[in-house]
Amino acid sequence: MDLAAIVKALGLKVRSGADLLDRKVTGGFTGDLLSDVMAHSSEGNLWITRQVHQNIIAVASLKDHAGIVLVQGNEPAADTLEKAVKEKVPILVSDLSGFETAGKIYAILKVRGV
Amino acid sequence: MTKNVFAHETTLYENKFPVEGGNFDKAGQVSSQIKAILKRMKLSSEIIRRVALVSYESEINIVSYARKGHIHIQVKPDYVLIEAIDEGDGIPDLELAMQQGWSTASQRIREMGFGAGMGLCNIKNFSDFFRISSDVGKGTQLKMVIKIDKIFDGI
Repeated sequence: MDLAAIVKALGLKVRSGADLLDRKVTGGFTGDLLSDVMAHSSEGNLWITRQVHQNIIAVASLKDHAGIVLVQGNEPAADTLEKAVKEKVPILVSDLSGFETAGKIYAILKVRGV
Repeated sequence: MTKNVFAHETTLYENKFPVEGGNFDKAGQVSSQIKAILKRMKLSSEIIRRVALVSYESEINIVSYARKGHIHIQVKPDYVLIEAIDEGDGIPDLELAMQQGWSTASQRIREMGFGAGMGLCNIKNFSDFFRISSDVGKGTQLKMVIKIDKIFDGI
């Protein structure tokens, strides 16, 4: 399953990495504590979070995440967006809550397979 | 300093990266550089994953709690050595600092998702060897080794 399919299914707004949506999503991880994400997420994961500051880009890049989904309509900070473009990290915005966003993405990945 | 039994082995890479205390704009940059270097050296993704985590958590600790510091990395055929040395307040009670969930982080740091009291535990869990020492009023020293298996990890 690639990012583009998830963007389409959930109606996510693409804030960076529009040219990177062919990336394969291996699974997801939900978390706002950066150490938790560093320790427990995996390569190719879609990271669902409400953190919008620029340090999320280093984490996503170090972990080789497929991208970041910001929830509840939270927009990335300006310097976050700038770094995301530089580091090639897709940032997607969901208007749904973290719970609903994760639930929908989980269902899609389970049904259609990764 | 104890004698390093691997000291005779070729050093494949070595560098010392300065880390600025308090500057969250740059936090993670050193770890990104280290990751890129190890990738170019074609180390296994497992080793890179562990070094990146250990380096990142150490870097964030320096940024969060110290005035300044540096991360020293040395790659030998058998292991990666990572040292994080800082100049700062130090840690009065290391046993407490090593407890999962214990943190002295400010509200500002916590709001960013740091300071959850997981960093040092993560470093310990992802290293094969881990040592921490601290001088109150002077700074903290971390030393980590991640072993490279010639069969599984390349080089």
